[in-house]
Amino acid sequence: MRRVMTGHKAVAEAMRQIEPDVVAVYPITPQSEIAEYYADYVHDGIVHTELVPVESEHSAMSACVGAAAAGARVMTATSSQGLALLVEVLYIAAGMRLPIVMALANRALSAPINIHCDHSDAYLARDAGAFQIFCESAQEAYDYTLIAQRIAEHGKVRLPGIVNLDGFALTHTAQVVEPLEDEAAKKFVGPFQPVYPLLDVAKPVTWGPFAMPDYYFELKRAQQAAMEEVPAAFLEVQKAYALASGRRYAGFVEGYHLDDADRALVVLGSTAGTAKVAVDALRSKGEKVGLLKIWLYRPFPYHAVAAALAPVKHVAVLDRALSFGAMGALYSDVATALLRAQARPALHNYIYGLGGRDITVEQLEDVLAELGKVRPDEVLRYIGLRE
Amino acid sequence: MPSIKTLAQREEKEIRFTPGHTLCAGCAEPMVVRTVLNAIEEPVVAASPTGCLEVATSRFPGTAWNVPWIHVAFENAAAVISGVEAAYKALTKTGAVKKRIRFVVFGGDGGTYDIGLQALSGALERGHDFLYVCVNNEAYMNTGVQRSSATPACAAATTSPVGDAIPGKPQDRKDLTEIVVGHHVPYVGQAAVSHLIDLANKVERAMKFDGPKFLNVLTTCPLGWRTPRDSAIVQSKLAVETRYWPLYEVIEGKYKINYKPKQHVPVEEWLKTQGRFRHLFRDPKGKERIVEFQAAVDRHWNDLLRKEQCLSGGEADQG
Repeated sequence: MRRVMTGHKAVAEAMRQIEPDVVAVYPITPQSEIAEYYADYVHDGIVHTELVPVESEHSAMSACVGAAAAGARVMTATSSQGLALLVEVLYIAAGMRLPIVMALANRALSAPINIHCDHSDAYLARDAGAFQIFCESAQEAYDYTLIAQRIAEHGKVRLPGIVNLDGFALTHTAQVVEPLEDEAAKKFVGPFQPVYPLLDVAKPVTWGPFAMPDYYFELKRAQQAAMEEVPAAFLEVQKAYALASGRRYAGFVEGYHLDDADRALVVLGSTAGTAKVAVDALRSKGEKVGLLKIWLYRPFPYHAVAAALAPVKHVAVLDRALSFGAMGALYSDVATALLRAQARPALHNYIYGLGGRDITVEQLEDVLAELGKVRPDEVLRYIGLRE
Repeated sequence: MPSIKTLAQREEKEIRFTPGHTLCAGCAEPMVVRTVLNAIEEPVVAASPTGCLEVATSRFPGTAWNVPWIHVAFENAAAVISGVEAAYKALTKTGAVKKRIRFVVFGGDGGTYDIGLQALSGALERGHDFLYVCVNNEAYMNTGVQRSSATPACAAATTSPVGDAIPGKPQDRKDLTEIVVGHHVPYVGQAAVSHLIDLANKVERAMKFDGPKFLNVLTTCPLGWRTPRDSAIVQSKLAVETRYWPLYEVIEGKYKINYKPKQHVPVEEWLKTQGRFRHLFRDPKGKERIVEFQAAVDRHWNDLLRKEQCLSGGEADQG
């Protein structure tokens, strides 16, 4: 049944249907409502979940690691500074191969402190070892929360996963969302199969040993192997989700009017919605423009990105965060993807929307109009900045 | 109350903490860990923050732990055990776990007094059912004897060295046991590695309660204290006899001093046996500082006597 709900509510609904054994969470704008909705479910007794209302995000992820190692299905949510505080433990969750799914309400990092959207928090966790998915809409945030849970718990993966949804633009905006029926959602996610649970006291295990130079390297290589299993699991779970929901997500990226495009944008998150309007407007004037939206950000789908962009002549990669002293993080990934493509588009890097600065259809039309007229070089261009 | 014989029998039946770890010769930590684990009858899941104990017992691919055990990071053992215990509660509800399982943290003073204090406070306030044992050797021994907030005044540590301007640690130690008492948890105790039966009794009494339980156990470190390797027990005993480390417990808010030394042994007797205080006996100002040290010990002891008098389970309470 189609309902109007915010991104918060969409994620909370997916969590209610997944019904993890443990949710450990700490409030932070613009994530707090996810924690609040879930606390309602727990206090109303409609889920069996143990809610651990921790005293910090660091403890949230630490409690998640403890609970997951104990043999429980576990979820959490955070944002910005909270992510920055818990990122130490996110690396550990990945190293311990714990399938913890975390909603990340994307928000700018301090300083100056700012509660609005950009992707500096997601980029901070880029190398942590969690797979990351970016969502365009509240519907996608709902769908990908269910999908992420199954990828995380996939036998060949068993890694933490992050579902990114833009702070305010998605978290606080009411949209039409069509959730699955509870039973269908529960059937899709399936029962949780713990591996070497601490609570199996008859088979004592040591979790989190220390490894010296004689073993550390091999253990980290094994972790990379698990990450390399994510793409196949992602496609497999997308397929299963299409059967369960009738909504077909196919692939790591979504191309929009890319097939014959000579100019294109590459974006993450809710800006894809704005970009689609810009593309439509220019297409109606006969201009061959398109969009590449990236769902799976980590592991980065190099081949899919190269295949989608290689035929395009001019590409603007939009980064919603600065990587101080370097080109934008997404730009660097896209450039790497295209390195071996036979025909390569001219690449440009635009920085936009920091700290919640609006990004408009007109601005994106201007970027598309500019492509082909400016010389491609390793220079950051800024959208909507007063200079 | 478990006798040595009972503890030994339990260990014979099931060795929960095995030999073959790499703790230093003369280290008192394994005695504390074995005594605590043997004093609990039910199955135990243990956690440790980063520290000597963790590093010396879990080098991959080996382990000294024959109970399920987890280490995550330095500052979060209490949060980790919160998660383990929450999982236990949830999985007991669903019927996936049927046994009664107990949860114990063994954390050093660095991971408890300092970097882990927030996580500990949070876990105590939330009321998780676990026992936190602070294996307190009064400095960051694992990283090379740096001062912690458990390090006593005057002690030399590598970040509070005996310099010409500042001789040793200028500040007094923090009273973590009393900080935990402020959380109004059912059981708080102070024990020492020299009094193992007292420790075992405390564990047994603590484990009768649901909810958070805390034990601060003085655990001597020959390396950091600069004492002979065969002196761990003597050192600990002197700390108790000089009233530097009172053995006491606070059960549901009621204070009880478990051992009151009959004779007043000056704390100087304890200080003079340790290399970390050697400068006090060479420096002309050392005498003054020993007097101050003694005054602090007396003040804490007298405070404790008064607390016992006012907040005991005895007549005063009934009146």
